[in-house]
Amino acid sequence: MSEGALRKTPLYEVHRQMGARMVPFGGWEMPVQYTSILEEHRAVRTAAGLFDVSHMGEFEFTGPGARALLQHLTANDVDKLSPGQAQYSMFLNERGGTIDDLIVYCLAEEHYLVVVNAANTEKDWAHVVRVAQRFADADVHNRSDAYALLALQGPRAQAILSRLTEADLANLRFYHVMPAEVAGISVRVARTGYTGEDGFELFVAPERAAALWQALLETGQGDGLRPAGLGARDTLRLEASMPLYGHELDEETTPIEAGLGRFVAREGDYIGADAIRRQRQEGVSKKLAMLEMRGRGIPRQGYPVQTAEGEEVGRVTSGSYAPWLEKNIAMAYVRPELAEPGQQLHVLIRGRPVEAITVRRPFYKRTRGANSRTTAAH
Amino acid sequence: MNVPADLFYTEEHEWVRLEGEVAVVGITDYAQHELGDVVYVELPQVGDHVTQSEPFGVVESVKAASDLFAPVSGEVIEINAALEDAPELVNNDPYGQGWMIKVRPSNWEAERANLLDAEAYRRLIEQE
Repeated sequence: MSEGALRKTPLYEVHRQMGARMVPFGGWEMPVQYTSILEEHRAVRTAAGLFDVSHMGEFEFTGPGARALLQHLTANDVDKLSPGQAQYSMFLNERGGTIDDLIVYCLAEEHYLVVVNAANTEKDWAHVVRVAQRFADADVHNRSDAYALLALQGPRAQAILSRLTEADLANLRFYHVMPAEVAGISVRVARTGYTGEDGFELFVAPERAAALWQALLETGQGDGLRPAGLGARDTLRLEASMPLYGHELDEETTPIEAGLGRFVAREGDYIGADAIRRQRQEGVSKKLAMLEMRGRGIPRQGYPVQTAEGEEVGRVTSGSYAPWLEKNIAMAYVRPELAEPGQQLHVLIRGRPVEAITVRRPFYKRTRGANSRTTAAH
Repeated sequence: MNVPADLFYTEEHEWVRLEGEVAVVGITDYAQHELGDVVYVELPQVGDHVTQSEPFGVVESVKAASDLFAPVSGEVIEINAALEDAPELVNNDPYGQGWMIKVRPSNWEAERANLLDAEAYRRLIEQE
């Protein structure tokens, strides 16, 4: 993808006006931060943040054969979905490797929406079209340009959104979706997200995205709502131990190795099912570990991971200072026994081995209700 | 962007201020702004020798780690220990409480010719 031809979301001008710092991401020019990644991260943990994630790709599947096609294309069990429900899933290759991770939304009996990663949209679409040729009665549509997508995330998200809609948000459960009017704008509201907090994702027509963005920001001002960029999105998902495609997931890595087995069907003939079944029987050779640094230093992608004896056993796939936990954390693929909690490992930081310990997943789990922890003065 | 007139600068965005026999070193307001939130600073130890234009430490923002380049050669006589618990001082006060190391320069008269004055540094950052 050439950087000269970066795409812009419908909110591009809004971001510029708000003083966002724009960076290339997955072929798009996206806001990485508005004021401070740390402040935006903390806002999402304590109040709410508003993200533009319109770069994500959207495919629609319609027709009497849509479910059968999706059942073959995706690793999770689409039969579990009733209209109004969503599930986290993946496209796999025949080896069980991950083409992309995604969310399947069942909008109606014969109508599904699949949301994929921006950088993979073209590759995914080619895959979908190739597989769909073998299925009758199913139509696939690349609707990536027909949707803008806003994510309102944080413990105040429901209170903020409910002021702009009559929709019964209290009864919209996690991983459910419904149509709604928000600030007079037709949207689909899903209770999904990528931050480890409660929150919503709002699918909206591109031409109404700016109006929806402004309405949400104005309404949420008193609640501490802030616009948040991809920088905070990345640290938030890392604290929540959520994988990012290209880091924890790729075509050589199965969801079992990534610790996502509960999203992968045990039965069925989806693409990659044989490889997954074999791996479940025979075991994996690598497993995603959660590392918490004990010594000083920030683990970064690509840094070697060693045993205490100095044997290299893997590389960091994502690592950062964790703004809410106030620790340095990382994920890395290592031998399965080393991914168990309580293992003493080292991360090689600029040639120096720094102590780390493997911990239980996720690093951060929200408690019911709002976060009340008081942070150090910043 | 704040570029104090009485400092010398490197092209890598460090500043140095001569206080008698001691050179105080930090990163510029422009540098801290470009980095974003500073969350970790790795500094040499007192007694170490640093060499002009060579890395002497690392400053890390949420997103990335960047080398720090010494504006002068000499012995490190003090490091800013406050940065260990409060790296955000680099953002909040880059020319004051956010200083990083103090060096006893070994070759100041010759090396200062390799540094930029405030006006030249301002031109540099306007081009970036």
